[in-house]
Amino acid sequence: MNKTPLFGRHEALGARIIDFGGWAMPVQYSNVIEEHHATRERVTLFDTCHMGEIDVSGPEALPFLQKALTRDLAALETGQMRLSLLVNEKGGILDDLTVYHFGGDRYRLVTNASTREKDYRWLLGIREQAGFRQVDIIDRSDVVGKIDIQGPRAEGILQGLVPVLLKSLTYYTFLETSVGSVPAVLSRSGYTGEDGFEVYMASGEAGLVWDLLLEAGRAQGIRPAGLGARDTLRLEAGMMLYGNEMCENVTPYEVVYGWLVNLEKDFIGRDALARQKREGIRRKLVGFQMEDRGIARHGYPVCRDGAVIGEVTSGTFAPTLQRPVGLAFVAPDCREPGTSITIRIRQSEARATVVPLPFYRKEKKNEFYNTFI
Amino acid sequence: MAKPNPTDRRYSREHEWALAGPDGTVTVGITDYAQEMLTDIVFVELPQTGRSVRQSEPFAVVESVKSVSDIYAPVSGEVVAVNAELETQPELINQDAFGDGWIARIKMDNPSELDGLMDAEAYSEMILQESH
Repeated sequence: MNKTPLFGRHEALGARIIDFGGWAMPVQYSNVIEEHHATRERVTLFDTCHMGEIDVSGPEALPFLQKALTRDLAALETGQMRLSLLVNEKGGILDDLTVYHFGGDRYRLVTNASTREKDYRWLLGIREQAGFRQVDIIDRSDVVGKIDIQGPRAEGILQGLVPVLLKSLTYYTFLETSVGSVPAVLSRSGYTGEDGFEVYMASGEAGLVWDLLLEAGRAQGIRPAGLGARDTLRLEAGMMLYGNEMCENVTPYEVVYGWLVNLEKDFIGRDALARQKREGIRRKLVGFQMEDRGIARHGYPVCRDGAVIGEVTSGTFAPTLQRPVGLAFVAPDCREPGTSITIRIRQSEARATVVPLPFYRKEKKNEFYNTFI
Repeated sequence: MAKPNPTDRRYSREHEWALAGPDGTVTVGITDYAQEMLTDIVFVELPQTGRSVRQSEPFAVVESVKSVSDIYAPVSGEVVAVNAELETQPELINQDAFGDGWIARIKMDNPSELDGLMDAEAYSEMILQESH
């Protein structure tokens, strides 16, 4: 299994380690619910070094990215980041990733851990086929480390370690600075539904930054959180997980990513998506909450009037909401909030209701924070 | 660290405990080690009272945030009582696996089945090996 530079620290902290897409990652340090609440109420650290970073630069970087990605990046200013999608010719999602614009013709794509190699090969293929000659594509995943600090106290703790004012860093923007003595990139973003930052540094310095953050946040009750809490937090925030809600056979319109598709520009997969937009979708991702006792899990059938109309993609007990919720594909005519459905849990049918996403929305504590779902 | 395994009961390889009462019933639960492995228990599906179960048959389900686990009957018999408090307080299993977190009572068909289960010492040895 691959190990991140922080693996030794996870072991020393007594984390329970699991295989996450070939990576030995901490699923929890104490327990999932405690780590979940700590993120909502205080502040936590996540090891996200396993994620991919692919740098795209050169005179043709922007036209290349416009060809490769679904979203129009022409207006992406220096210091801004955007969520976007890589889709195949059929419009199937290869990855959901973030694009950082470092200025001029320098961009960075931050990819899912499980897709980084596939993404990299795909991008090289596009460059080849579309005849781009002046764009460099470099997979820097192994030399770039990443730590997420998330929660309402994240800004205060990080502020003590950086020489710039973080209050003015708005949601989905970033800057190049340092954490302690370590050169770092900070973006105001995350995967929890809370305020927080994704922090990038040289992978060899990840341990130092981790230690600095833990030390700086000690009085504020900072603690590390594992992939278990990361999953319950993202689900409450209505965020999707590649491999659960998305794969190469799922299109942006079928999930909640239609807004990331700009049909006005020419990109790989555009024709297929334009056709699907005209002809309509055959399934739609919705959020649901359980009405009967029971927890819906990935793969459980979704029914209405006795007929199977879809399948659960993610489901858990939501610690903040104190009830089971989930995401599921359903027939398009069952997508409206308020629709009654049932979930087949083992041998019984449990009632559930389609509800709007996100399940949980943080109270706006400052003008810079806007939920983008 | 899990609490010590009480010596007044027997244990299955799947981490259930069985405590025989004077009336031919056995109270059944999961061990403290098992609840530690499962972590936060958020849902328990109890069997129906009156149901007949066979030894080693799944007869209840315990769910944590991340996992779904079958609970196996340590003995054969009829389910004569269930711990309905677990429906609203599943965390009782985390708090007191050997006591208030009991799951069901089974009226034994064949009391000799208990002899085939482990005593506390053997069970403690098994989990020691399992966790190394």
